[in-house]
Amino acid sequence: MQTILSVAIDALAYGMILFLISIGLSVTMGLMRVVNLAHGAFAMIGGYFASYAMSALGLGYGLAIVLAVTATVIIALPLERFLYRRIYGAPELTQVLMTIGVTFCIIGITNYLFGPTLKTVPLPPDLAGSTDLGFRTISNHRLFAIACGLMVAAGLWLLFSRTGFGIKLRAVVDNAAMAASLGVRTQWVYAAAFAISVALAALGGVIGAELLPIEPYYALRYMVTFLVVVSVGGAGSIPGALLACLLLGAIETAGRYLAPEYGEFFFYLAVIAIVSIFPRGLLGRAN
Amino acid sequence: MKRLIASALAALCLCSTAYADTIKVGVIGPFSGPFALQGKNFKAGIDAWFALHGNKVGDDEIQVIYRDVPHADPAQSKALSQELVVKEGVQYLAGYYFTPDAMAATSLLEQANVPMVVMNAASSGIVIKSPYVVRTSFTLWQTASPIGKVVFDAGIKQAVSVVSDYAPGIDADSAFSTAFTEAGGEMLETVRMPLDTNDFSPIMQRIRDSGAQAVFAFLPSGPTALGFVKSFNDSGLKADGVKLFATGDLTQEPDLPALGDATLGMQTTFHYAVSHDSPENKAFVEAASKAIGDPKELSFPAVGAFDGMYVISKMIEATGGTQDAKKAVEAVKGLSWESPRGPVSIAPGTRHITQNIYLREVAKSAVGAYYNKEIQTFANQGDPGLAAIK
Repeated sequence: MQTILSVAIDALAYGMILFLISIGLSVTMGLMRVVNLAHGAFAMIGGYFASYAMSALGLGYGLAIVLAVTATVIIALPLERFLYRRIYGAPELTQVLMTIGVTFCIIGITNYLFGPTLKTVPLPPDLAGSTDLGFRTISNHRLFAIACGLMVAAGLWLLFSRTGFGIKLRAVVDNAAMAASLGVRTQWVYAAAFAISVALAALGGVIGAELLPIEPYYALRYMVTFLVVVSVGGAGSIPGALLACLLLGAIETAGRYLAPEYGEFFFYLAVIAIVSIFPRGLLGRAN
Repeated sequence: MKRLIASALAALCLCSTAYADTIKVGVIGPFSGPFALQGKNFKAGIDAWFALHGNKVGDDEIQVIYRDVPHADPAQSKALSQELVVKEGVQYLAGYYFTPDAMAATSLLEQANVPMVVMNAASSGIVIKSPYVVRTSFTLWQTASPIGKVVFDAGIKQAVSVVSDYAPGIDADSAFSTAFTEAGGEMLETVRMPLDTNDFSPIMQRIRDSGAQAVFAFLPSGPTALGFVKSFNDSGLKADGVKLFATGDLTQEPDLPALGDATLGMQTTFHYAVSHDSPENKAFVEAASKAIGDPKELSFPAVGAFDGMYVISKMIEATGGTQDAKKAVEAVKGLSWESPRGPVSIAPGTRHITQNIYLREVAKSAVGAYYNKEIQTFANQGDPGLAAIK
């Protein structure tokens, strides 16, 4: 019983970290209809900024997160203006080719600037310790990640379904021409949505760095995982992504406990099963 | 087609080298990609050799040609080795970070009349693939065997082993299990994890459930090894008195700052520590640090490459610069010298390096830098792995 509870907590923590890192991609793919394979690259940039801010500038963890998110968005906005804006509404193959190109460029530049060794984001003493739950200990960082995941999920849901910005965004996605003729500044809405998804990527990159360490190939290494979460959850659906992360986290963690030698077999088996039963993902909406 | 290649190779070998003054050495390694750091260390080791001993043997000048194989990729490694032999006319093949890469290229050696000096790849079986393979690195059997006894002598009766699920991991597991049970311990469980595992908390739960007092772990150096050690500390296993032992791959010098205080006191066995105290090592570290740029990036593949160059220089000396793989390999059998890692020799039977294996402990120096502190020496260790294969 203790073991089951313990594995369940690991699963929850793993799922929430997956959610934090992948949710930005769900926004770009679902709401903006852009297959942004460079998502992981933005997460990685966030991680590098945080690592640099803490080790070279000596900032605290909270400040480093703010700086990482802001700096990543500042880098991403010109990219949006000059590159991404050209591929909104373009065929998926074009989007994939361009964004994977961006990914390789970013990998090359980071490898050149920071070298191939992995960088860590040191944790403040409060997060580095662990908490005794009575039947086991869990690192404070995992608890922090769970809390962040829940806050991001709630925040995004409010933003998209309860605010004027959310209404505009959904209107632009459904029919850009009509939204524009009703006075919505579509380009501004797109830029803002892109900034949000990049900010989420950077946040996920920093908080998830304990589990997915920052190194130049980060951007490619975890790309499939991000895409799987989005396609299982249903692109653009925040509850869907949350559900997918919890489910996949549980399957992965249980599989790893029971039969580690099978690797990610159970994970992908579940993905195949879910996608064949729900072709649009668990909570994806029909076009 | 095969015959065509063979005759082309043969023709080339006959005509290319007899009056060459420049002797070319082809080095295959990961010079880009996630393992670029290890390739960089090959290059640093080779450059350090040139810096300390010059690039001439007699009248002949050594020229090194690098080829990049970023991941373990046997087909690519073989193709590039062949290209080096046929197009560049190299007399020696060297480098090889990954076992599969070295294995794939061994089939070329006899036809091409070229010796291979393996500077890293660490599965025991490579040397039996061809009589022209000489290795100056280590094997996992060699580095993981001594720690079995160390663990038992620390008063631990029951242990589990946790290794990455690929050839070197299985070698490490077999070596440790054999040594530990021979000493009188009991292996409770063996966990094999896929190479790309990133969340280790379920594994930690398994270790806890097994009730063992110690864990032996092997993962290749890099991001995963770091995650594993961190996860071990976070899981509370350390606080509960479970001890973690490993080979030096888990605590290679460039990773130590990232691992931080959590690994202080962790014991590993390995063939080389950058901190090794000897005049040879001091000279080597100085030259190699200069070659690599950032001294913090210096790691064990550099010493494999450095000694590899020593072996190649002796081969060139013995053959007088003519291409004769058999004579070259014969000349270094039984060769012994003082390496930066300590006294070493090439075992005539296996053509593998016999060396000291050190028990080390992660420590913090007066200036706050982490290093592997050697605390015990297991002198003149051969490779027990070959006996296990046969």
